[in-house]
Order: sequence, then C-alpha cells, then structure tokens
Amino acid sequence: MDNPIGPALQLRIPEPARGHRPADPVPYISAAGEMRKPDLDEKVERIALMRKQLVRVLDDDGRAVGPWSPELDADHLRQGLRDMMTVRSFDARLLRAHRQGKISFYMQCLGEEAIACAQRRALRSDDMHFPTYRQQGLLIAGGYPIVTMMNQVLSNEHDPLKGRQLPVMYSSKEHGFFSISGNLATQYVQAVGWAMASALRGDTKIASAWIGEGASAESDFHAALVFASTYQAPVILNIVNNQWAISTPEDFARGASATFADRGYGFSIPALRVDGNDYLAVYAASQWAAERARANLGPTLLEWVTLRVGAHSTSDDPSVYRPDDEADRFPLGDPIDRLRRHLTVIGAWDDERQAALQTEVDALIADAFAEADSHGSVKSGHTSSPSTMFDDVYATLPRHLVEQRERMEG
Amino acid sequence: MPAMTMIEAIRDAHAIAMERDDTVVVFGEDVGYFGGVFRCTHGLQERFGSHRCFDTPISEAGIVGVAVGMAAYGLRPCVEIQFADYVYPAYDQIVSEAARLRHRSAGDFTAPLTIRMPTGGGIFGGQTHSQSPEALFTHVAGLKTVVVSNPYDAKGLLLAAIEDDDPVIFLEPKRVYNGPFDGHHDRPIVPWSQHPLGEVPEGHYTIPLGQARVHRGGDDVTVLTYGTLVHVAQAAAEESGIDAEIIDLRTLVPLDVDTIVASVRRTGRCLVVHEATLTSGFGAELSATVQERAFHHLEAPVTRVCGWDTPYPHAHEWSYFPGPDRVARAMREVMSA
Repeated sequence: MDNPIGPALQLRIPEPARGHRPADPVPYISAAGEMRKPDLDEKVERIALMRKQLVRVLDDDGRAVGPWSPELDADHLRQGLRDMMTVRSFDARLLRAHRQGKISFYMQCLGEEAIACAQRRALRSDDMHFPTYRQQGLLIAGGYPIVTMMNQVLSNEHDPLKGRQLPVMYSSKEHGFFSISGNLATQYVQAVGWAMASALRGDTKIASAWIGEGASAESDFHAALVFASTYQAPVILNIVNNQWAISTPEDFARGASATFADRGYGFSIPALRVDGNDYLAVYAASQWAAERARANLGPTLLEWVTLRVGAHSTSDDPSVYRPDDEADRFPLGDPIDRLRRHLTVIGAWDDERQAALQTEVDALIADAFAEADSHGSVKSGHTSSPSTMFDDVYATLPRHLVEQRERMEG
Repeated sequence: MPAMTMIEAIRDAHAIAMERDDTVVVFGEDVGYFGGVFRCTHGLQERFGSHRCFDTPISEAGIVGVAVGMAAYGLRPCVEIQFADYVYPAYDQIVSEAARLRHRSAGDFTAPLTIRMPTGGGIFGGQTHSQSPEALFTHVAGLKTVVVSNPYDAKGLLLAAIEDDDPVIFLEPKRVYNGPFDGHHDRPIVPWSQHPLGEVPEGHYTIPLGQARVHRGGDDVTVLTYGTLVHVAQAAAEESGIDAEIIDLRTLVPLDVDTIVASVRRTGRCLVVHEATLTSGFGAELSATVQERAFHHLEAPVTRVCGWDTPYPHAHEWSYFPGPDRVARAMREVMSA
C-alpha cells in the first residue's frame, strides 16, 4: 500500500559475489601508459579527475610504456624480482612451518609482493614505514636479516621481541619499520605524527603510512587524513586494496564512492590509483609521492589495486566466501610473472636465470629457516624467559611489577 | 615565593619544560593561539612559536595518535584533551598504542608523552564535563596516572611527567584550578593565594612520580584520597573533630604503598574517598591493597566514599558530589565500627 507521506525507507546492504558466482569485475582498469603523470605541484582538483584511472607501466606484452615508467636499469629490476621472489619463498616456508605445527599463526602476502618491495626501494632507508601485517616485503627488500624475522615468527629464544608479539608483528627502528600493533588503523595517524615531528625538527626524513582498504573505515584513518591535510605533513598514505577484509569485500569500506582514491579529494590530498601488481608503477608512484613530500608539497594518498590471493591468515578459510577462480580472473595478473616477463622482453632475463634465481632464493630461505628452527620455537618451549614479560612495561621496573615477578617465579 | 593558581603553575611548568628541552611540543584543541579553554597553555605559542605549541582539529584520536608518532620519532609531546570526558575517542591510541609500544617492540620504540586533561565536577558541567575516568587508565599496564590537588604539586608533577620516559596520564581537577575547593559550594571561593600550597617556587623542580604526600597528619583514621577530595577530606576532618590523617596519593600508578600501609598500620582505620563512581573505581584497588597489607592492624572495615554509580547529573551535582558532610559521616562510621 502506498504511504501517503512517502515511500518506506530502505537500506542498501552490499551483496557481493560469494563462492557461488564469479567475483565482481575490478572497475576502472586503464591501459598501461595511458595515464598522464602530473607535475609534483599539480592542482588537487586536476589530480582528482584521475581517480577513476589506474597508473600502469607494464603492458600485457611486458613492455614498460608511458610517462610513469621509472626508467630503472636492469640491475634494479633484477633486484626487484629477487626481492619479490624472496618474500614469496619466505611466506611459503612459514606457511609450511605452520602446517608442521612449528608456529602458532602466519599471514602471507601472496600476490601483493610488489607493493612493499618496490616502495621500500623507492624510498630512503632512513624514512619510516608504519606498516600493517602484510608488508613483510619492506623488511626483506630493506635487507633486514631473514633469520631474525623467522626467529620472531617462531617466538624462540632469539626473537628480538622476546615472545611478546604474535608472529609477523615485526619491529625495527633501524630498518625504518615501525612496530606493528595488530589493532587496525592506529598506525596510520601515528605515521602522520612521525612525519609532522620530522618537519617540526627541520629533518629530511618522511613517513609512509600503510593500511588495508577494509581498515580505512576506521576513524583513525580519517583522523590521519585531517591531520595530514591540515599540517601538510610529509607522509605517503598507502591504501592497499586487496579486495578483501577477511570475508568482507572491499565495497563495504568503500561505500558509495567509486574508488578509495576518492577519499583524498575531500581532504585536498592528491590521490592516485595504482596497479599494485606492476612493480614499475609501484616504484614510480611511490617515488612521485616521496618527491612531493620531500619538496614540502604535503601528503599523497596512493590506492594500490591488488588481490589477496591467499587466505587472510592461517586461521581463515576463504573457500567459504570467495570464488575459486578469483585469482585467475583478476585482471592485473601476478607481480612476479609480470616483472619477469618485462625483464625477458628487454633481454635482461631468461628461463635459465629464472630457474637459477628460484633455486638460490629457495636455498637461502631453507638455510635461514633451518638456522631459526635450530633455536626452537614457542611450540617446542624454547622461548625467552617468562620473567622477561615484566621488562619494558615501563622504562624502569616499578615496585608492583617487581613483586608480581617474584610471585610468578615463586 | 610567588602565589600561583594551579593554572599558572601548570603554565609555568610547560614553559620551563619547553625552555629546557626543545623536543617538548604542546598541542591540543584551542591550545595554541587561544591558550586553552582553561588558559593552561596561555602565552606558550607567543613565546616559543607555533612549531612548539599549536592548535589541532577536534579529534582526540588524532591528537594522541600523532603524539605517539611524534614520541616514536624522538619528541616529547605534552598534549591537552580539553575535558577528560572527551578522551574516549583516543582510548585505543592510549591503551593499545602508547601504553604498550615499549613492551611490544622490546624497547625499540617508546612513547614518552604526557596527556593532560581537566577532570572532575563541581562546575555544573553535566555528564560530559565532570567525569573522573582515572580508573580507566590505572587498569592499563604501561601507563602512569597522576591526579593533582594543588599548584605546588601540579608544577613539580607536570615537569616530572614530561621528563618521564613513559606515557603519563595527567589529571587536573578543574574545580581546584583557582582555589582549594573544600566541597562547600555555597561558600565564597578561597583563592590559592591564601593557601600554603599556592606558594610555588620559581624555576625548575620535580616531584617524583609514585610519592604520596601526607596532607594532614592525624592519629584516628587514614583517609586515602587525591585531587579535589583532598580538600574536602580536610574540611570533613576539621568539621567532625576527627583527627584524620589525610594522604594525597598524587600518583595512582605507580602507587606509594609504603606511605599508605605505614599510616593504616598506625591508625588502624581507613577511609577511601574519590569523586569517581564507586564500582570498580580506584578505591577498590586501594581497599584491596590495604586489606592485603594491613589486615591485622584494621579495627574497622575499609570504607569508601565515592561518586554514586550514576552519570554525573547537572542539576543534582551537589547530591552526587561526595562533599564534606558525606565524608564526615563516613569518618564517624569508621570511628564507631
């Protein structure tokens, strides 16, 4: 019956593809080389017109095309390939360790390797990243000791975090990698604060904030954009859009906006959508954003379009909620395959070298794991002393913790 | 020694901290140009520049979040939350981040920041300008929590908080900003210039975190309290004729257990007084501490006088507030038990 005052109000509850039908196609896929490269100080209104485009360099034939090509030499490209393959091998080994019952938990970044690896190489080693749990590529591309990462994951006696953190929640000030919280989005606004501090001190270092597209719904994300915009902080604001927040597709956090890059315009923050599986595009866009920050032109928001190929974590079973063939249908391919193809096209790579590198990387990871595993794990009971849990709660141990430690030690 | 209000003492502490250490930065809502709604940061931006003292958007999560990032960089932020009642959007940044950063990174990153906030009622602030949320912070490992009661302490404790290498929650009962309010809201305001604790030395000094102060010596009953209620308890003691020993805890975490236990063992009786709501309030921690460590010296049950377990009411403020009559009545009950 018609209501004389007006129609009954309705909600739109997104009904995404689930296991029973194919994934929604990824919208707004530009051709490689199609998108222009704005000046560093381009007006934000003009950059906003690019929000439904995608920065891409590598075309389907493996050629680097267009104004965004970062002109990296073959050594740099081979290094990038090696970084990504190392990350993938690292993840594979630790997933196996989980199946072997040696570790309690793991999170891989399968399919997303280019984003962290290329950005790490595009920034300086003294810049500070505020990562989520899927940027292990920052540490690996930054030369952090792989054995130490594995020691952390195993929570063994050599874990630099003394068994206090879940596996993969690394921390290394020396390597520009802020301690991972595990609570989502909190690091985003902290990165803005770190960048503000650097600018307040007249320093030259910049910060890079990382968040998943799902966690961009958190209020800390919006606080970060307000502060970054207000103070024009020298910070890169990365949103890794891997299409999934555990079981929830990206449109729940995106809402009725077309893209996550749209988030920038309301804050007058230049925002670009970038092919996150294109090592060269990631490198170029990161470099562009870093140059803007270093030139006191303020923050840049970068939406990286990619796909979480694996499960959210070892505690997750995506077969329940996502199509089986999603990775095959994903239009941006695989980052390692694409860079390898490019290297081959430019005559800097071949199958033999690929096979040799794979063998070398797998051996490196196997040796590192053997060494880390020799120090035991939380499962084998080879952890730091339990009494160390009382250390570092405060700078100096207060009386009540001294008493509690004594009580625990009996 | 000059007489100062608590506002002036806090302002002075800021200026001294900023003068001595150029990594100290001060910010918050209305904190920069205007100097804070309670004027606690007045003149700092003019003196030290907008790079050292500045305004922020209205975003408590943002204020504390950027402060954590700045502290991780190597600065010593001292931020103001305009009212303690507004701190909840920042709670995740305080509890999950500032408090745990040192521990979770095994000392790799630290968060030496001070988070100041006016607390408590007595100004007809209603439910959103009157709360005393100290127990929400004392329950969190990694935080230190300070509640000040007078200008002398406020200056020395704020300097100690800013210089401390751990995150410090610094609660300023707004009702004692301008005078030692004793709970008699219908009487004229006594200014700090007429109180010995309004005498504030010039220059730098600190009061160590974790040291209580015996506000009034006495033999009959130990009163454990802090903030505004220190002065209310004193009025209650004088008006009831009970020789109460009033201990101003000053720092709740870490707690000065020795001073508390020594006093209770001597008096044999203990009254806990705070303005915050009773249930799971810090008074519960104090009661447990006393019975654990002085049980055989107690001649009466440890008794609490606190705010009722209701939101802080606007029109019924003085029925809610644990004033001198309620405190005196409880003192008499403890004495006759």
